[in-house]
Order: sequence, then structure tokens, then C-alpha cells
Amino acid sequence: MALPTHASTLERVWHYTYLTICALIFLFLIAPILIVIPLSFNAEPYFTFTEKMLKFDPTGFSTRWYDLLLTFGMNEPDAVRDSSWWADAWNNAAWINAAKNSIIIGFFATVIATTLGTVAALGLSRPEMPGRRIIMAILISPMIVPIIITATGLFFFYSSISIQDWGIPYLGVILAHATLGIPFVIITVTATLVGFDHSLTRAAANMGASPARTFFKVQMPLILPGVISGALFAFVTSFDEVVVVLFVGGLDEQTIPRQMWNGIREQISPAILSVATILVIISIALLTVVELLRRRSEKLRGMSPQ
Amino acid sequence: MLTTVGGKPLKEALAHAQSRAKRRAFLLVLPLLAFIVVSFIFPIGQMLYKSVSNTGFTISKDFGTGVSTPIMTNLAEWFEENPQGTDPDETAYAALAADLLVLRELKAPGQAGTRINYELSGSRSMFTKAARKAKKLAPPFKESIIDLDEDWADPSLWQAMRTASSAVTVNFYLAALDRKRADDGSVEMVPENRQVYVTLFKRTLILSLMITVICFFLAFPIAHLMATLPMRKSNLLMILVLLPFWTSLLVRTTSWMIVLQSQGVLNDAMVATGILADENRIQMMYNQTGTVIAMTHILLPFMVLPLYSVMSMINPSYVRAARSMGATSWTAFRRIYFPQTVPGIGAGALLVFILSVGYYITPALVGGADGQLISNLIAFHMTKSLNWSLAAALAAILLGAVLLLYWLYDRLIGIDNLKLG
Repeated sequence: MALPTHASTLERVWHYTYLTICALIFLFLIAPILIVIPLSFNAEPYFTFTEKMLKFDPTGFSTRWYDLLLTFGMNEPDAVRDSSWWADAWNNAAWINAAKNSIIIGFFATVIATTLGTVAALGLSRPEMPGRRIIMAILISPMIVPIIITATGLFFFYSSISIQDWGIPYLGVILAHATLGIPFVIITVTATLVGFDHSLTRAAANMGASPARTFFKVQMPLILPGVISGALFAFVTSFDEVVVVLFVGGLDEQTIPRQMWNGIREQISPAILSVATILVIISIALLTVVELLRRRSEKLRGMSPQ
Repeated sequence: MLTTVGGKPLKEALAHAQSRAKRRAFLLVLPLLAFIVVSFIFPIGQMLYKSVSNTGFTISKDFGTGVSTPIMTNLAEWFEENPQGTDPDETAYAALAADLLVLRELKAPGQAGTRINYELSGSRSMFTKAARKAKKLAPPFKESIIDLDEDWADPSLWQAMRTASSAVTVNFYLAALDRKRADDGSVEMVPENRQVYVTLFKRTLILSLMITVICFFLAFPIAHLMATLPMRKSNLLMILVLLPFWTSLLVRTTSWMIVLQSQGVLNDAMVATGILADENRIQMMYNQTGTVIAMTHILLPFMVLPLYSVMSMINPSYVRAARSMGATSWTAFRRIYFPQTVPGIGAGALLVFILSVGYYITPALVGGADGQLISNLIAFHMTKSLNWSLAAALAAILLGAVLLLYWLYDRLIGIDNLKLG
């Protein structure tokens, strides 16, 4: 928004005030997220910048909290760091186990949500779909209904069918997370399908392609960016979810958010900040991927940004 | 008449093809719909059932064998035969004595007592005590039971047992609205010092409204800026909005704890620059302020995104036309630009409000005592006080409110227009 040359003094003053206000709002959005990164390298167990840190004295910084993340819960954290030490870390370190659980749960929840969600989105975006509005409302509702209500309902449901005794680890949490991820898949995939030119599928059918072949050769490549970003959304939803895990997860089903939740509630140590830093870096990476996918999708559909 | 190659009337053939296409579209959606119904709708229905079901005083379930036995049957019979307001006579106490004997055999006096305890605190121990001595009870039962504890003659206890002995009840909803049954069965408010839920519902609504308004004032300028900048620059700024959106909720809440606590970054910075004396550091965490600030930050992207998508569609020539016809920039904004942004404001405000009404995690971590919302109380009854029926009733009321707003959102904006980035 450029200031026109004929702007009056008042308009100029307002224009720069406005830009300052916007800058402050962006600062409000982004500063709290970035501030954990330097603080996670604090050498002292404080949550604020020490004098040494402000003077960029190297002794004020350390990676001790990252080290604590790795060793916490190990049998012999102080042993020599050889291959058996690393095996110990891999098997026993609490945060590594939590990460493993989070990834397993997130992976299966994403697969379920993405498969079912994409197929349903294909149906929903057909013009002849009956009862579209109400069905869409039902499918999006897991995103709108407060998480505590979902968790409460699932708690009663799972205990009435005693899902813990079925012998499939993480099953309850995976199904719940898939449910929570589905709205995101539906929204992103239907958004990609809005601009989809249906004469392409008709053309393919006209030339003798079977419906399956049409789907994999014509539709799939075009909606793939939307499907992948929907899957990433679903994964992040699962990876970040704590309430359902607290309510229906077994005691051994510790995930990263659950571990963080306990850490924050009991005694908050700067180790939490190092986890937070790692998660921020992961989210930056995911955001980049989604942004690239969005551009690619726009390009495929002939809508490139100027 | 027009026919197809096969000789069928064209109209019929078209209708046939149409219904086949409909079926095909529906079959694609069906697996997901079935999944959602089983894993989401059904559990919530079960929870709603729990909020009116009242089996604590009528059925005892042995969790080892899974066998359910009816309890308090004699008393229930007496309640049925004698209308509300009858003073319990000898037959009533005899029925109670018989039921206490059954409780003792089933080892269930604790369960039955707990159910009555929800209505009348302190009565659980009366049940366990009386059941222990149930074998020694002899006629006249009225005297011998009142001998055990004179509270057995309390009319409110008999009222509590009367309501508890029917299988369906609205009492948990009454409790969730700070009301209870009086001794004569009418509905009255609970004593003032025990009224918590209505206050909490009000607080939840007020804080959500506040968060929505703040979000609007913060989102409007930046959405406007992004909508008027060239695409390349606005895409960069968009990343600043989307990064918080993609960052873990717990990470964002933790960051605010670090920034706002009394030994935290913000207070330290203010003390260091001399704005604040060391002894009067501002308490911004573990109270309502903390909840509002952190939740505003978390929900802000949900306001910015719909606003931005509406604003970027507004044709700038309208404002230019107004200016060229002599409107001041303020008038042009107020009369021309702002009315066109209203759909975006509606979408964003409703979304933020819906999401904040049911918020749990952030208030639980940064809310302290007075920053708790209704969700936190539901969690409290689920995990600490174990009054699951009350938790379910509170959840049902919250669900009703959210679904109403959701319906409004669908009416006004349409769910199809929900966008993520």
C-alpha cells in the first residue's frame, strides 16, 4: 500500500502510525514463539535472559537441556557414550519413547483420516451428492465440538466396549486422532476440488479409461497437493493432541504433548523449552512444505501469483 | 417421444443415470460417514445418555463378573406407592432396612451412598455405616435406623433418595445450573455460597466475547495490510500468521508462561528499562489476564484468515471512486470499505467465539483460579471428583451452545467456506 504523492500531512502521519501498529501486531504473533529458541540454550535453570546471555558470553549458553532431554529416564545416563549408551537411550529415554509413540499414533491416524477423507471429499464435491450440506456439517463437527466433550464421550464409549483389552496397542487413541484429523483433510481436499475441471474426467472416460484409471491418472495428480497438505494437517493435529490422550490413553501411552503437559503442570524446567524449540523447527519445516505445495497446486491449475 | 438407442424413454434413462450418479457419490462418502458416526457421534450420544441416566442408586454392577443387580427395589416400590410429600412411615423404614441388607451382600453401600452424596454431602458414610449394621436391625425399623444416625429422619435425604430411585433424571442438569430439588420436590436455587456453575458459564461467555473482540481489533489492521500489499509481500506476511497456526498449542502456551510470569521476560524487561520498580512486578499469569492474552494469540489466525480472504476480493476502485467524489478517507472507509468486510468479520468472529467457548488446555495451564472456563470444570468432574453424570450434563449444555453457534455459522457463512491458510 503505497502512499500517494498528494497525501496530506495528517494522512502521512496516520499511514506510518498504521504501519507501526501492524508491525506491533505481527511482533505479538511471532515473538512469543521465537523467544523460546534462545532461552532453551540457557546455562542456568531460569526462564529469562541472564546477564551473560545478553552480553553474548559463551559461558551463558549451553546445550545442557537438550542433553537432559536425551538422558532423562535412561538406566545409566552417565556411562561412556558408546553404542550401548545409545542403545540405552533409544530404549529407555522418556522423551525418545514419547516421540516414538507420537509418531506411531500420528502415522496411523493420518493414514486413516487421509484415505477416508479423500474418498469422501471426492464424493462431496460431485454436484449430484444428496444431502451435501448436512453431511458436510457432520464431517466437520469434530473440529468444532470442544475437545473436552469429545474426550469425555470417548472415555465412556471406550470403557463400555473395553477397548484396552482388545490387545491392539494405541487403538483407541489412533481412532480418536483420526476422527479429529478428518475435518482438516475434508477442508483442504474439497478446496482443491473446487477448481477442478470435471470435463477432464469426462474426457478420460470418453477415451475409454476405467473409473479407477481416470482417478489415478487424471484426478490424483491434480489433487495430490491438497491431499498431502490435508495429511500434514491431520498429522500435526494428532502430534499436538493431549486431552484425548490424557482421557483415554493407557499409562504406557506417553506422547510428546502428554509428556510436555506433565512437565508444565508439575515442575517446569528449561528442558521443556528445548522440546518447544524442536517442535517450532518442525512446524517451520511443515509450513514450508505446505506453502510449496499450495504454490504447486496453484501452478497446476493455472493460478500463479503475480 | 425421444428414446435412447436401447428404446427406453429418454426421460426415464436420464433419471436412472442421475440416481446412479447420486448413489455413487453417496457410496464414496459412506465409509467416512460410518466411521464418524461410530467413533464420534455415538460416543457423544452415549455421554448425553449418561447425563440423564441415574443408575447409581438403582443398579449395582459387579465389574469382575459383569453381572448387574437391581438395588433399592423395596424403597423404589414404596416411593411409587406413596406420592411426593408423604412422611416416611414404618413400612418405608422396613423397605430401607431390607435394601440395606441387599447392599451389604452386594458390597454396594459405597456406590449407593455416593449417589446420594452428590445431592446431600456427608450421606455416603451413613449408608456404609447402616449397611454394616444391617443384620442387627430389628423392628420397629424406624426407631432402630434413626438410632444409628438421626440424619436418617432428614426430609431432604428422603427427597434425595426419591429422585435417585428413578432410572432417568434431570437432576444433573439442575445441578449444572446451580439448582436443586427442594424437600417438597420443587426446584430451587442452591445456597449462594455453593453457586458455581452459572457464574462459570457467564464467565466463559464474557471471556470468549472479550477474546473475540480483541482478536477482531488485532486482525483487522493486519488483514487489511496484507490484502492491499502486492502478492509477493503479502505472502511473506502470511507466513508470520500461519507459523503460530502450525506451532504446537502447548509450545505457544509455554511461551506465554515464560513471557508473562512475574520473573519472566516481559516483567524483567520492564524492570531493566526502569518502567517498573522491582517490587511491583505485574502478575499477568495464572489469572484471567493470562488466559485472555494466550488465547487471543492462539485464536488470532482464525480471525485473520477469513478477514483476509474477504478483503482481498474487495475491489479497490470503489474506495477510489468515493474519494474522487469528495469523501474523506475516514468516510470512504466507514461507508464504502468497512461494510464490504462484514462477511469476513462475521465468519472470523463466530469461529473464534465457537473455539474459545470450549477451550480447555490454555486456561488449565495459565488460568490459575479465576481464569478457568467451563471445560476445565468438566475435566475436574471427570478426573477428580468423579461425578461423571454432572460432567456429562455440563458437557451437554456446552455442546448445545456450541452446536447452536455452529448452526448459525453454517446458515450465515456456510461450512464450505471454511479455509485453512
